[in-house]
Amino acid sequence: MVQWKAEERAAIQAVFAKLDYESVGRETLTRLLVVYPWTRRYFGGFGNLFNSEAIMANPKVAAHGIVVLRGLEMALKNMDDIKNTYASLSELHSEKLQVDPGNFQLLGDCLTVVIATRMRTEFTPDIQAAWQKFLAVVVSALRKQYN
Amino acid sequence: MSLSANDKATVKALWAKISPKAEDVGNEALSRMLYVYPQTKTYFSHWSDLTPGSAPVRKHGKKVIGGIGLAVEKIDDLFAGLLTLSELHAFQLRVDPANFRILSHNILVVLAMLFPDDFTPEAHLAMDKFLARVALALSDKYR
Repeated sequence: MVQWKAEERAAIQAVFAKLDYESVGRETLTRLLVVYPWTRRYFGGFGNLFNSEAIMANPKVAAHGIVVLRGLEMALKNMDDIKNTYASLSELHSEKLQVDPGNFQLLGDCLTVVIATRMRTEFTPDIQAAWQKFLAVVVSALRKQYN
Repeated sequence: MSLSANDKATVKALWAKISPKAEDVGNEALSRMLYVYPQTKTYFSHWSDLTPGSAPVRKHGKKVIGGIGLAVEKIDDLFAGLLTLSELHAFQLRVDPANFRILSHNILVVLAMLFPDDFTPEAHLAMDKFLARVALALSDKYR
């Protein structure tokens, strides 16, 4: 089981406390689709994803950004058992959505970049360390049901 | 994933913007790499102080960012331009190339922190591609 120090829990809470889900969600998904364009394969029903302006303005991208952050919030609320909390999400991504799990890392990286633009120097090495650990646990839990 | 003319122009434009703070970028990126990914410290056991912002870290961050600046200059032929650095990393330093990705990630995070308005999704794309290409050029002589 993952062990969390008090400072790590506080750091993750601090990151979430400042997160504007709408703005951060939209920008994170935009960056994923722009920087790693092969990820567009999973969003065939989203309409126009041809360039960054279109992606940024796409209402389905915005809506889905919020869905993703709400999903992460579940991990925040259940930090001591992310693995089981994510069991059905993992199954969803592997069985139904059939997302290559390598992409979870890419999305996590994009989210980290966006958080860095919002928090700026408040995104200290300590907070980044806790945050990257949190993301690693989340990604690992999402990969669990793949076989 | 080769660099288009647009990618190169974007990287050069972004680099011009960040150059005045290049040393800070180098220091922050290296500091975070060592702190957030402690396995990278194994290459620096000969340093007195590996904590973020320490003198050896700051000095080395400057060297590393200087290398990236060189890569920007040689962006039209990275493999030739970074030949000596590749030999250094391959035969002397023998850094596992997986670590280039870790450092690249931290460079992107620091650019996002310090230049949020300039580090647009397009700049992010170009920089990510460029750093991946630099890593490839650096590992060229490994085997």
